[in-house]
Amino acid sequence: MALLSFIARRLLQLIPTLAFILVVIFVLVRLLPGDPASAILGDRARDADVVRINAELGLDQPLPVQFLVFVKNIATGDFGNSIHLKVSVASLIADRLPVTLMLTIMAALIALVLSVPLAFVAATRRGRLADNAIRGSFQVGLSMPVFYVGLILLTVFGAQLHWFPVGGFGNGFFDQLYHLFLPALTLALSLAAILMRNLRAAIIGVVDAEYVDFARAKGLRSRVIMTRHVLRNALISTINLFGLQVGTLLGGAVITETVFAIPGAGRLMIESIYGRDYPVVQGLTLALAVVVSLTFLLTDILQAWLDPRVAQ
Amino acid sequence: MSAVTDTAFEPALSVKDLTTVFETPGGPVTAVDAVSFDVMPGEVLGLVGESGSGKSVTLRSLMRLVHAPGKVAGTVLWQGRDLLSMRERELRRVRGGKIAIIFQEPTTALNPVLTVRVQIEENLRAHTSLDGRQRRARAIELLDLVGIPAAERRLGDFPHQFSGGMKQRVMIAIALASNPRLLLADEPTTALDVTIQDQILKLILDLRDEFSMSVVFVTHDLGVVAQTCDRMAVMYAGRIVESGSVTEVFSEPHHPYTRGLLGSVPRGGAERTLLTSIEGTPPSLAAIPAGCAFHPRCDFAVERCIERRPALEAIAPGRMVACFRQADVAAEAAAT
Repeated sequence: MALLSFIARRLLQLIPTLAFILVVIFVLVRLLPGDPASAILGDRARDADVVRINAELGLDQPLPVQFLVFVKNIATGDFGNSIHLKVSVASLIADRLPVTLMLTIMAALIALVLSVPLAFVAATRRGRLADNAIRGSFQVGLSMPVFYVGLILLTVFGAQLHWFPVGGFGNGFFDQLYHLFLPALTLALSLAAILMRNLRAAIIGVVDAEYVDFARAKGLRSRVIMTRHVLRNALISTINLFGLQVGTLLGGAVITETVFAIPGAGRLMIESIYGRDYPVVQGLTLALAVVVSLTFLLTDILQAWLDPRVAQ
Repeated sequence: MSAVTDTAFEPALSVKDLTTVFETPGGPVTAVDAVSFDVMPGEVLGLVGESGSGKSVTLRSLMRLVHAPGKVAGTVLWQGRDLLSMRERELRRVRGGKIAIIFQEPTTALNPVLTVRVQIEENLRAHTSLDGRQRRARAIELLDLVGIPAAERRLGDFPHQFSGGMKQRVMIAIALASNPRLLLADEPTTALDVTIQDQILKLILDLRDEFSMSVVFVTHDLGVVAQTCDRMAVMYAGRIVESGSVTEVFSEPHHPYTRGLLGSVPRGGAERTLLTSIEGTPPSLAAIPAGCAFHPRCDFAVERCIERRPALEAIAPGRMVACFRQADVAAEAAAT
């Protein structure tokens, strides 16, 4: 019950968050240097054409009116048209965002699969060889830049060993998974390192807790003690960190998509910023902001489910 | 001898030379030093001492719950088997099933993210063959038994939804789920209000009768000992310095430390007497004085107390004391 009302409250909080995001995006785009008219017409545009374009785009209206129109359009799913690609921004996002989401989710899963068991091994063999080896190798992973890791993986597993494609996206779900594996692994490594360090510390903090002794005194198997009592409590803080890292992950996706030539939202974003394609930048920023907000919502719910005290 | 008396005189738990040493960077620290005692069936044994006297570590050592870098040596015989050398798999059957432990602070001893039901039922799952429905029924029965109102409704609650006294009751319910024969209680009432303390003590005694189990009660509170225990053992600096029946030890302490402890407890009765306290502080376990560990604080100390450590010796049936001057202590106690 407490959990359901927590979810309801948390959903309500989403409304002001989204409103704020809309305002910020609206203002930011208008603060960017250069204006849409000159981006469309080029540097040697005549004043009369600039006025005409501004009128077409509604940019001659007062700002509050522009904002209302902006909100109304978004509410009806109309994000405008790309200046360069001549297609609707909505269709561009629908085309590119799923690729990035797929990449990010895969990266997140790989990071979890790598970090949780290794954090466990490291924490339970604290200070021993396994612990030092795991921490050492993750340290290396953490200190290397994403694009560099990407290039190494690409060279070794793509170009030399031919285990994985060197780029592109593929057709069909499994082919796409196959194409995304190396980029997702690239993206996952630094996240896995961060999660592993956090979870290792959390497990060490929990393992000596009195409730773990109490569980031991009940005569439970160590597997049950470790999963039900230790891991569950340790994961609470790590889940929180994981949610916070998703934004970083999306940022990393921009670089990874560029290195691996993946037609995702990250690459589209870079191209649009270079081309001053404001409607696309605006629409994509909004879409990514919504994705991040939803991730926060999801991790909050997950945390409340793991820790009943949060939902109170 | 009949079978009845046989079991009555056979200790439920027999501890011999229990020694727990922590390897620290500053050298080994002996928290429990060659402690031996028996617990009879149905008996409540009080383990008394100031904080740092090693009484809690003793309790944890019995169940092999001492954390690294602690090392436990000696023997802990339970039904003829040594708990300290038995395999992990067998030990699991004893833990929770035969011997249960409750801690001082229920807030830290209960897992904050699991419902009370899960925490009771996992004990039942480990030690009984009850099915899901029976486990639930048993969980309700247990909560009811320890005096939690509306037990069925509270089954799905989390520990933080209970008050301190109720949490302690929940912990007791969890510990007793599988009908243990021996309950180890580590200051179970210290964290509670005085009125709640009384209720919990009474509950533990009632449950002792109900389950016909033995209890080892660790406490620094002599009032609690007088109220609940049959026999007591006084610990100082990791060793037992005096033991005997509660009545005997209270009426005629033979160790100066016991005498000091008793002097610091207000007693009911007509006569008003001054409360005394023991001068000084208990020694750090890393720097236990040579000879008798109590000598720096002792009014009776003489040359040989500094040179040699007195052994724990029987002075009467069921009475043990570790003091060279125990006769003088007892004589003076009788005189005042």
